[in-house]
Formats: sequence, C-alpha cells, structure tokens
Amino acid sequence: MPGSAVEVVGLERTFGDFRAVDGIDLAVAPGEVYGFLGPNGAGKTTTVRMLVTLLRPTGGHARIAGFDVASQPGEVRRRIGVALQEAALDLLMTGRELMELQATLHGIPRRGVAARAADLIERVGLSEAAERRVGTYSGGMRRRLDLAMALIHAPEVLFLDEPTTGLDPTSRSTLWDEVRRLRDEGTTVFLTTQYLEEADQLADRVGIIDHGRIVAEGTPAALKAEVGRPRLDITLARDGDAAEPDADLAGRAIAPYGDLCAAAPGVHVSLRVESGAAAMAPVVRALDEAGFTVEGIELVRPTLDDVFAEKTGHRIEGAAPPAPAAV
Amino acid sequence: MLTGIAAPSWALAARTLRNILRRPQFLAPLVLMPTLFLAINTGGLHRSTDLPGFPEVDGFLDFQLAGAMTQSLLLGGVMQGIGTALEIEGGFFDRLVASPIPRVSIVLGRILAGTAIAAAQVVWFLILGAVFGVSFHGGALGVLLVILIGAIAGTGFAALGVLIALRARNASTVQGIFPLVFVVLFVSSAFFPRALLEAPADWFADINPLSYVADGMRDPIISGISATPVLEGLAAAAGLVLVFAALAVLALRGRLRDA
Repeated sequence: MPGSAVEVVGLERTFGDFRAVDGIDLAVAPGEVYGFLGPNGAGKTTTVRMLVTLLRPTGGHARIAGFDVASQPGEVRRRIGVALQEAALDLLMTGRELMELQATLHGIPRRGVAARAADLIERVGLSEAAERRVGTYSGGMRRRLDLAMALIHAPEVLFLDEPTTGLDPTSRSTLWDEVRRLRDEGTTVFLTTQYLEEADQLADRVGIIDHGRIVAEGTPAALKAEVGRPRLDITLARDGDAAEPDADLAGRAIAPYGDLCAAAPGVHVSLRVESGAAAMAPVVRALDEAGFTVEGIELVRPTLDDVFAEKTGHRIEGAAPPAPAAV
Repeated sequence: MLTGIAAPSWALAARTLRNILRRPQFLAPLVLMPTLFLAINTGGLHRSTDLPGFPEVDGFLDFQLAGAMTQSLLLGGVMQGIGTALEIEGGFFDRLVASPIPRVSIVLGRILAGTAIAAAQVVWFLILGAVFGVSFHGGALGVLLVILIGAIAGTGFAALGVLIALRARNASTVQGIFPLVFVVLFVSSAFFPRALLEAPADWFADINPLSYVADGMRDPIISGISATPVLEGLAAAAGLVLVFAALAVLALRGRLRDA
C-alpha cells in the first residue's frame, strides 16, 4: 500500500529448518494502531525484530516510513521508536540518565535534551522516580520508562512488543492509556500482544498470526462479526433434590428465538441470537412457561479468542490478562 | 549521518565509566588481585635480583611493578568483555543496535571507557610503588610515559574483551576464555627478564607484544627514559588497539549481518 507507515510483503525468517515467519503480508496506515496478536512462539517477536532492523529477513521485504529494513536500516532506525518485550534498561542508571542517553543516541541537540526528557518522564508518571536507579523500579515503572525512551525522538512509527506482559492491572491500564493518547496524537503504533482484550481495546486493526502466518486481519469488530452472532448462555436451576432439568426440553422451548448451540451439558443451554440483549426477556419467559427456573443468563459476544479459535482450530493459552483497574 | 561518531561514543563511554564506579565489586579486583600478586612475588622472589643477567634495579618491587600493571590492565579487558556480554544477554545491546548511531560508536564507547580505567589502574600502582619506596628514574616525564603506554595498552585489552564478548555472546563464556589470555602474559617478560627465560618461553616472549608493553612501562621506572623500550612499548600498545579494535568492529558488523 503506497504511503503506508509499515509495509510488509512476503516477509520470511527461517532459523535452520524452522520457519519462524512464513511469508507474511501486511500494511499499517499512518496514525493507525495495529495489533499483532498471537500466542507465544507464533512469530510476533521475530517479525518485530525484523521490522526494527535487529534481525535480517531471509525472504520478502519490509518498508518502514518508506525505507527498506534490509537496505536502508539507518533511515529506518531514525524513524522508529522501539520498546522490546523485556524492557532492556541499564539498571545502574537513573531514569533521567537513561532518557538523556537515549536522546544523545538519537542525535537530539544537547540544549533540548533535559526538557524533552523531563516532559516524557512526567508524561509516564515517573517524575518522582527520575533520579532513582532503574534497578529500584517495579516492572510497570520499567515498561513506562522504556516507552518514554522510545518516544524521545518523536518517532513516526512506534513498535511495542508485548508491552504489558507480566504487568499488574494498574500498570497495564496506565500503558493502555498512553497508547490511546499516542493514537490520538497520530503516532503509528505496531503493537504485538498475546492478550486478546488488549488488541480489542487498543487496536484499530488486528492481524492474527499463528505458526508464522497471518490467519486473519481486520478491525476487531469485523473479525468478531465474521465469527457470528452473540450467544445466550443459560444456567437452569435444579429443583430441590430432583434430577437435573431436561436441557433438551428447555432447548426446544427456546428454539424459536435463535439457534441452539451444540454441546450444552447438564443444566446449561446455549442459544445463538440475532438481537443480543433484546432476546433475553422472551427467552427467560419461554423457559418459565415451560416450567424451568433460570438460575443465570449471560449474553456472550464473540471475542477475538473466538476469532482465533475459528481461524486456527485452537485457543491462545493465557490470552486473558488480569482486568485493568480502570480503562 | 544524523549523529557523528564522537557524541554517541563519548556518551556511551561516560555511561560505562559511571556504571563501573557504581559497581565497585567489578572495579576492586582489577587492582586488588595484581596488588596481592605483587606483594607475594616481591616478598618471595626478591632474591631474583641477584641472578646473573638480571637488570640493574633498586629493588625487586621496582622490576615487578610493570608486571602488576600489565596484569591489572588485562583484567580490565576481562571486565569490559564481561560488561559487554552482560549487555548482550540483558538486551541493552539491542537498544544500542536499534539506535541510529554508527556501529563503531558502540565499540568505541566501551573501549574509551577502558582507556580511562586503564590510566587510573596505572596510577594506582605508581602510587603504591611510591609508597613502598620505588625510585622513578625517569622522573615526571617517565611517569607520564608509563601512564600513556598503560592507557593505550588498556584500550587494546578493552577492545580484546569486547571482541571476545561479541563472539561469545555471554558473560560466562567470556570468563571461561580469558584465562587463556593470561597464559600469554606468563610467556612474556612481564614478571621475569627476557634474558633469563629459557626456550621456548624466551622465543614466545620475543614475539609477545605484552613483553614490549611491560618493558616499555618498566624502563622509565628502573633506568630512566630510553627511546627503544619506550617506543617499542608505545608501538606494541598501539598495535593492540588497532588490531583488536578493528577486529571488534568487524565482529560487531558480522554479528549484525548474521542476525
């Protein structure tokens, strides 16, 4: 796609006989947040390392901000900010010292360094810790400092490789807010994650990678719509010591309101509905009239996990992070 | 080029120096171990000066001081190698590589810090010598020449450490490889005069640049400033820098090319 911030065509990387990245194509528009979603070992980090010039592709090509990662790596490095999976920080330095070093490495004139560093440190909420050695920082503080360092030269494209893996909900929430702010400011963000919710919350578009190949791509809403309609999961109450309610009978009672899902064991019945929450009342009423007591009912919309399962035949382990404290 | 070589090299050198000072457990062995060796050698082998062919010296400590300096400088190279390997293991090296700086700055930053540390190491032994009665026959100029040769040689050893780290890629391997480097020290004239070494040690010592570094630092201490040993010492030290720095830069480029 001409004018793309990130343009990848047939990108490959092999290690011996192992194809870590197996011919992926993608394009990220300027100002877009692109979520690169997949389980551990899917090829996310290998892809990012190629895009940030740390690893040479063994096939295909990639251009960042119009420059080829293999033949013009210096031009690429000037235009990107990188926060890799493990916040690679010098634990003996203070936050401020690291920011100033990063600024020097990016050729920022000395007179502007201190102010720029202080601004970014404040932005990520580390002003009080700026004079402390990074070795005393928590994991969340290190990630925030890493992000601030990646932003020191106002990059055109920011690469965040699993920025919230291992973080507590509060730290994750802070980083999510910062990514949203970057999006609002028009920064292109290439975000890898194994967390479905993270991709869903932050990304304008999502590419799902599995075994080195992109298996699905689109907006979160479009991908979920591909999988299908929302589902009502109903739990029927037992009546004292009586036998379990007859799920088959209950299913027949509510069948007119949607499509019964297969494999609803025991006291549970599931129904795919067109209308979402609007279907709940008539379904409960129908069950009541048929003599069932509804113990619980939940509207389950398709998730990116469903999309992933649909496209790959398996689910991402540990795909759900602890819920952020506030989003 | 957005940034020149100098600014990032100085910034990285300053960072390395600051970190070394913040990690005294890395710094102390550089001088403590050679100081202990020096004390043991001087105490146990001082009668060596009576051997026929041993150079005219005021005392065995005067002769041994340059050997202790050379040993200390080699340890400085080990430290720079381990520091580089730890940065590779910890990922900070990737941050440097992903920055828009000349690749040579990454190597230069580390070995320039080695220069400063080396000068400080030499000064430590000069002070030690002065305290224990060493006569500096070369005077103030001689002392400056000793520091100069030591600083240049230390730069070369730092480059050697970086080279080994770039090849080995982990700190434990660097630590494992470096004892082999010390074998080279013991087949030099660092601890014993070349004239008293027997074959094949004398042959190795004749072609060993460490012999010329040690003799270049020793001569201004024990006998005043003579052009030949000083110039040979400077040339050997400069040769170490040129060879190992070039090899380290090539190793870095190779590492990035093969990544």
